[in-house]
Amino acid sequence: MQIHITAGSPQSIYRQISDQIRRLVAADKLNVGDAVPSVRQLAKDLVINPNTVAKSYAELVRDGVLESQQGRGYFVARRKNIYTKAERLRRLDEALDQAVGEAITLDFTPEEISERLQMRLEKLLPQAHGTK
Amino acid sequence: MLGELVISAQGLTRYFGRKVVVHDMDLSIPRGSVTGLLGLNGAGKTTTLRMLLGFLEPTRGACQIFGCDSQSLTPEDRARIGYTVEGHFLYGWMTVRQSQEFQRQTFPNLNVGLFTETVRRFGIDPAQKNRTLSRGQRAGVSLALTLATEPELLILDDPALGLDPVSRRALNETLLDFCDGGQRSILLSSHLLDDVERVADRVAVMVHGRLLVHTTVDDFRARVAAWSLDLPPASRAIESIPGLVQARSLGGRTVVTVADPDQETAAAIARLSNSEPERLSVTFEDAVIAYLSRSRDSQSFLAHTGA
Repeated sequence: MQIHITAGSPQSIYRQISDQIRRLVAADKLNVGDAVPSVRQLAKDLVINPNTVAKSYAELVRDGVLESQQGRGYFVARRKNIYTKAERLRRLDEALDQAVGEAITLDFTPEEISERLQMRLEKLLPQAHGTK
Repeated sequence: MLGELVISAQGLTRYFGRKVVVHDMDLSIPRGSVTGLLGLNGAGKTTTLRMLLGFLEPTRGACQIFGCDSQSLTPEDRARIGYTVEGHFLYGWMTVRQSQEFQRQTFPNLNVGLFTETVRRFGIDPAQKNRTLSRGQRAGVSLALTLATEPELLILDDPALGLDPVSRRALNETLLDFCDGGQRSILLSSHLLDDVERVADRVAVMVHGRLLVHTTVDDFRARVAAWSLDLPPASRAIESIPGLVQARSLGGRTVVTVADPDQETAAAIARLSNSEPERLSVTFEDAVIAYLSRSRDSQSFLAHTGA
């Protein structure tokens, strides 16, 4: 598991860790039951205060990404919801903002943009549209 | 809420002549924490540390270490405190190993293994003469001598001053190792905000002798926000923004940094801006610098609500 953190970033260090672990899980680079480094080990590897790692892990446990097994450490939890509803919305908005921003600078109309988006959705998620 | 305190101060004040250098400082540092003491040169950091260590008498107020008044620390109390001073004094003619032996005359229980491990981390051969060491290596030896006495509390006055990136990393690793286990505490002054963000879990910010902020690193970040306003620079109107910490002009707009923003703050900002204000993200450094650039007379918005 490779995690990189940067001090002096607009994102706090604990959030950088949480986000990267979430991403690794979402991308199947970490699978259910995989162990993540102990708080002490990760703090040592990243040269950061262990409380920062502990805070990040506590958040990931609360959100069901990791589970703590007494005396054995932290493991990737059976997938429920990796992100909270609010977080999923935030991420969706972030992704859309970027795509829409790009589309606008390319001089497309709102109708053209939504039509293209619709086409992509139908291609990528055919089952969701077949039930309509 | 804070658990056991290793350092505390109440109304701590120190004058030099008619000049107040530390003004009415209250401080509570819990065991197991790493606290970064931040402030510009002359803000009163060194004076504060010297009073805590009992080297300087307060004009008013008091401070304690391990619950014992700093002015009446016993040799046994002192043996539980490690500190390094600016400049890292070492005898140039001694080797690193001889410096260790010299320290052992004062501290018979010196942990030689820990000393050796720490100097190695700074890339130092113990057979080297002190005078051949780089600045970063001198800092390493000085820190190693202090750590090897196995104190419970480390008080470091600007340990990272003038260190190269490799020595800085060695310093950070050494400090975190020292605290491993959660029973030992560190109070260090520093100007290296990125390192403080990594290593510290609490920050104390001093401006002109006053302690303006004393809280956890994450809390500190979370409570400072910034907006870019469509408003000509130097407009007096911004002073009406509740919680304003700092305002500066950037590309014809006004950037304001605000502590503890609420709906009222957002409303005031929206009212002042000629077009929609833009919310900016705040780094730890932004938050610290906003505080350090404040004027002498401004009041704190965070000091009395620290976590």
